[in-house]
Amino acid sequence: MNASAIPAPDEAPEAPPSANPAAPATGVTSPPETAPPDDRKVVRDSLGVGVAVGLSGFAFGVTASGAGLSVAQTCALSLLVFTGASQFALVGALAAGGNPLTAAAGAFFLGVRNAFYGLRLGQLLRVPWRVRPLAAHWIIDETAAVALAQDNRRAARLGFTVTGAAVYLLWNLTTLLGALGAGALGDPRAWGLDAAGPAVFLALLGPMLRTSAERATAVLAVLLAMALLPVLPAGLPVLLAALAAPTVLLLDGLRSRSKEARRGGRGTRRTGDGRRTGEERRTGEGER
Amino acid sequence: MTVWVAIGLTAVGCYLVKLLGLAVPAGVLERPVLRRLAVLLPVALLAALTAVQTFGTEHGSLALDARAGGLAAAGVALLLRAPFLVVIAAAVAVTAVLRVLGG
Repeated sequence: MNASAIPAPDEAPEAPPSANPAAPATGVTSPPETAPPDDRKVVRDSLGVGVAVGLSGFAFGVTASGAGLSVAQTCALSLLVFTGASQFALVGALAAGGNPLTAAAGAFFLGVRNAFYGLRLGQLLRVPWRVRPLAAHWIIDETAAVALAQDNRRAARLGFTVTGAAVYLLWNLTTLLGALGAGALGDPRAWGLDAAGPAVFLALLGPMLRTSAERATAVLAVLLAMALLPVLPAGLPVLLAALAAPTVLLLDGLRSRSKEARRGGRGTRRTGDGRRTGEERRTGEGER
Repeated sequence: MTVWVAIGLTAVGCYLVKLLGLAVPAGVLERPVLRRLAVLLPVALLAALTAVQTFGTEHGSLALDARAGGLAAAGVALLLRAPFLVVIAAAVAVTAVLRVLGG
């Protein structure tokens, strides 16, 4: 996926390919005299991600406005929540008439993965104590992707800061423009704008569906949500559909355990096989 | 007013969870099960949200209308690796056209 295809601050966590070539997998450190060009490249990649993501703030502004939020409420979300999928989820749940608690819970659970980025970024960036409360606000998919793609702390800090600043500025600016523009449009349904929300979710979901476990989770979640929608109050079907994740994880764990047990029973020749699948599984996780 | 409550809760919750990652000592959240759950949880939520907002109505029932056509267009755009904004634009445009055609 190229940088221009990176959407809201909740896209899949991998770095854009343009951020990768400068970071050799071998960990070779650049000689000091090449540092300035490296810096320029980090800044250029960071700004590219910022512009692409910032533009999709426009879609959020329009969607939030169409869902009945005021311009102030829409802008408050982008300023204070600043994690795209959670913002879209909250707005959608409120538009469907969900109560504020279940709506906020769905948005919260979508934001939980930022804790895992924070954990990795904390080790990489060694953020000073005083800056931590500020830096935390900028921990999203894109800043994590750019920072983690760098091969030294200096470049990682630069990438995190420039990406964070660019995305934050543009995301909030375009949110405002989208909210103001939508007001001038009149009935958002006539323009098909009620399809923007689900299309955003689909666009965020697409790149996440790489393994069979991820696809199984998505299918199970859709079935659960559809089955519960007619019988439960708005907001709850989505929250309960999240149970698809631990369910698939549990079934996956049981299956691989029974597979390993069968292999173990067949003798030592099979252990090499088992180790290889283990490695493949780990590599697959590392890509995410 | 309830909208502001929801905004406040979401802002505080999402911020604290970001800060938590930066603040806890390494190793606490590094258990493989938790990491895999963190990957699968957004998948489940996004899939459910897509379905509910495409087929759900204001009265809490299921319906097949212009939005489904728009989502199909977005799916095709995604398969063609179109940029994010093109995917959204395809969904919006097709939904609008279908509404006009449907009267």
